[in-house]
Formats: sequence, structure tokens, C-alpha cells
Amino acid sequence: MNTLANTLFGNLISFIRRILFCILSVGPIPNHVAFILDGNRRFAKKLNLPEGMGHRVGFQSLISVLRYCFDLGVKYVSVYAFSIDNFKRKPEEVQSIMDLMVEKFNEMVEEESIVYQYSVRVYIIGNLSLLSDNVRLAAEKVMKATSSNNKSNLIICLAYTSTDEIVHATQESCDDKWAKIQSSIDGEMMEGKREGCFVIKVADIERRMYMGVAPDPDILVRTSGETRLSNFLLWQTSNCMLYSPRALWPEIGFLHIAWAFLEFQRTYPYLEKKRKEL
Amino acid sequence: MGSHGPIIACFSGLASLLKFRLAATSNADGAKFPEGLKRELMPKHVAIIMDGNRRWAKNRGLPVQLGHKAGEEVMKRIAVKCSELGVKVLTVFAFSTENWVRPQEEVGFLMKLFEQVIQTDFNDFIRHDMQISIIGDKSRLPKSLQSLITTAEESSKSNKGMRLFIALNYSGRYDITQATKKIASKVRDGILSAQDIDEGTFDQHLETSKIDFPNPDLLIRTSGELRLSNFMLWQIAYTELLFVEKLFPEFNEGDLLEALRSFQRRQRRYGGTQVY
Repeated sequence: MNTLANTLFGNLISFIRRILFCILSVGPIPNHVAFILDGNRRFAKKLNLPEGMGHRVGFQSLISVLRYCFDLGVKYVSVYAFSIDNFKRKPEEVQSIMDLMVEKFNEMVEEESIVYQYSVRVYIIGNLSLLSDNVRLAAEKVMKATSSNNKSNLIICLAYTSTDEIVHATQESCDDKWAKIQSSIDGEMMEGKREGCFVIKVADIERRMYMGVAPDPDILVRTSGETRLSNFLLWQTSNCMLYSPRALWPEIGFLHIAWAFLEFQRTYPYLEKKRKEL
Repeated sequence: MGSHGPIIACFSGLASLLKFRLAATSNADGAKFPEGLKRELMPKHVAIIMDGNRRWAKNRGLPVQLGHKAGEEVMKRIAVKCSELGVKVLTVFAFSTENWVRPQEEVGFLMKLFEQVIQTDFNDFIRHDMQISIIGDKSRLPKSLQSLITTAEESSKSNKGMRLFIALNYSGRYDITQATKKIASKVRDGILSAQDIDEGTFDQHLETSKIDFPNPDLLIRTSGELRLSNFMLWQIAYTELLFVEKLFPEFNEGDLLEALRSFQRRQRRYGGTQVY
């Protein structure tokens, strides 16, 4: 009797999901959705799981969320996997997260993974020089292996903060312009033209941001009820819809995604109007 | 109606005097701190996106200009209240770099409104010992407004009370860009090397530099819109965001206290470990 009830309930959920899916597919779908995966540790504590299990469960949630997003037609999904600020945590926790990353990056290049099912190009971005060699190598391996995938994109922000990204982009722009000036001196360029060469434009900075591989996000979701950006995508979320459901990251489900998309579709006409005005 | 005039004037004068006395009392001894709020947990820097003036006016069938006027009254009250509660810095988003696309009439009205605010209301702020600064690209504002701004900033420079930043023709991207250009010029002129650029360099070149608490602890946005709309971006990296359904002209002191209570309940970890 119990099994029958479970089956019926399962079928009902599937049915509701299919209906929501159809409703959502009628309206505009966000091109890029970003996630701050907050609440893994609180989830583990809530369920009395051993420390570190929260992040493992969180990874399973990420796979489900990626499926929902890619099935609905989202082209870019970004996740705040590890902030530069997170290095402040206990060394054992940092190590266990890094070990989990390496394990999952290696799994991603296997054929049964979601990366191949959805032809996902994986980017791992951030101040990667702060990572230990094995993590950086695993990251480079998965980026290389997926570089010719072209249906969707997963951007994993690792050792990332927005302020670090902006500083880094500015440094690179300055270095680049300085090199131009040096070569112009060698080529004896006129004073005025050299001056013009060194003007740094917004486009120069944006091109050098780690997140330059993707357009600005349309929705930023932060789970666990905290409503702050924690130094994630500050530049890129200037006009982005912010959503902060109470659910902890491992508790996130299709309904949360559906709600976020419906809210996005509700405000879409106003945003489009603003975009055209500018 | 005519004979009631003087009586009404008398009462309203009395009411103002009473309000002034009450304010003075809570300022003087500080004992009357609102219930549910802890003085030591007060945010040092509060920022407000004052959204909803136009919708408020439209809902009442009024011209949008009256919505902005109503919003201005609220802004004054909130600024004074924040000052009384011991907030050190208040930043309000009055006009974005993206607002120039609004109808010419409305933009013109707003510029005149800002001039009027500076000429009359700023005296109230200065009486509360506030230090006033305008952040944003002032060069695009009408010349008359620019000179009023300079006068207001000069005359409040040595005040010791709350710092009031009014963001006029401002946006977060504009701020980061102008800081970047300044830094790049220093690199070009050999004052700074590219390798020396760090987050502190940016802190020193943004429009909120040179103050004790440049980064908001709490950002309130009214009217239910869930976005930053290109307000401060660098500075709000760790800011607690609070989205309020009410339109700005409806936002009252009670709502401000509620927002502050909500802020004081939050747990800020800055990416580190939380003590459970």
C-alpha cells in the first residue's frame, strides 16, 4: 500500500513538473543563471551528517539544478564554488572541498557525466594561482576536454572574488597598454597618438575579466535565505534579478527554479524596455 | 476657513516645537533607543535605493513630479532618523547615470527639485551637524546645481555628525570605471606600477574613499524590485541586502526600524567559519 502511495505521489510530482515546464517554456528563458551555493554546512549539521558530507550532497543538488536549467534552455550557468574568503576556513574543511573538486572534475570527463549528455563546455575561473597544483591540473584537464562542447556552458568560480577579478582585469589592461606604449616608443609613434593608445575603456576591462567568457547573468540565486552577494559577480549583476530562497542549497528543487524563472518572466518586459532605452 | 487660519498656524507651530523638544530629549540623553534594537549592532553605513516615487504617483492619478516631491519629504525624515540612531554614514540613490533617458520634463523637474533641496532642506541637515557630499559625475549636472553643491559641501565640511552621501548621476559601474581610469593614469605616469594595484588601491580611488565606513552594512531597496540597478557595486560586496515591498513615499520611520531590526538578526560570516 505504501509503495503504491509513493508511486502515485512520485507520478503526481512528475506531472506537476511537466506542467510547470510547459508553462515556463512559453515565456522568455534567462540566458544565464548564477548560483551562490550556500547552506551545505548547515544542512549537514541539521541532518547530523559528518562534516564534509554537506558539500557532497550539495554537489548532487548541483547536478539536478543543471539538468533543470539546461532542459529549460538556459545557455550559461555559473556557480560560486569557492571564494578567496573561504580559504579562511579550517584547513581540514578547505582540503576536503578541494579533494571533492578534484574528484568531480575527473568524473566530468567521463562519458556518462552530465557534461557529455548536455554537451557542456566547462570553464573554471578565478585566481587559479591560489590553488594547489593537483586542483589546478584537474581544472585545466576538464576545461581542455570540454573545449569543443557547444550546447551549454558551466562556469565554476573557484578561488574567486569579484574585487580580485576587477583588480586583475585592471592590472592586465595596464600591462597591455604599457606594452603598447613601449612598442610605440620603439616605433616612434607621435605623442598624441600614444596618449590615445593608453586610454583604458570599460570594454578593455570587461574583456579581461574572468567572467568575460559569458554574458551578464539574468538571475542570481543565493540559497539559505542570506541576502548578500559575498563578493560574487558585483560588476556583472548590476541589473540582474536577485532571488534568495530560504532553502539550504541541498534542499533546492524544481519549484524554486520555476519560481525564479516566472519572476524573471514577469519583469522581462520592463527590463527589455530599459535595455532599448540605453 | 479664513478665521481658522491663525489657529491652525498656531497649532502646527506648537506641534513642530513639541517634535523638536522630543527629538532633543532623545538626542541629549540617548536613553530613548527604540525597542528591539541594540545600539552596538547598529549598521555604521546604511544605503537606500529610493525606488517607487513614480509608481506611487501613478497609483494615485498624480503627475510623477508629485511622487518625487513625496519621496523627498520621506528622504529628509529618514536621514534625520538615521542620524538620531547613530548611523555614521547614509547614502541615498537620488539619480542614476541611466536615468537621463527619462522624459525631458521629468529630468528637468528633478534637477530643479535637487536645487531646491540643497537650498532649503540642507539647512535642516546642517542643523543636525551632518556632513553632506554628492557622489557621481557632477560635470553633467546643470551649472547652477553644480555651484549649489559646491557651496553645500563646503559649508558642511567641518560638521561632525552623520555623513550624508547623495548619489547624483552615479552608478556602481561609473564609480569603478572612474577609479580604474585614475589608477591607469597613475600607472602611465609612473606613480604606480601595475603590480602594485590591489583592492586597497581601488578603495582609495572610489568616490567613497577618505571616509571611515565606505562600505554599506545594510542596503534597503523599496518598491519590491529585486535588483541593484547599478547602484554601488564594489562597495556592497558584503552588504546585507533588504528588499521592501512598499513604495518609497510610503516608507516611514517604523519601516526603517523594522529594517534595522531585521539587519541586527542577520549573521554575517564574510566567507569564514560560523560559530553555530
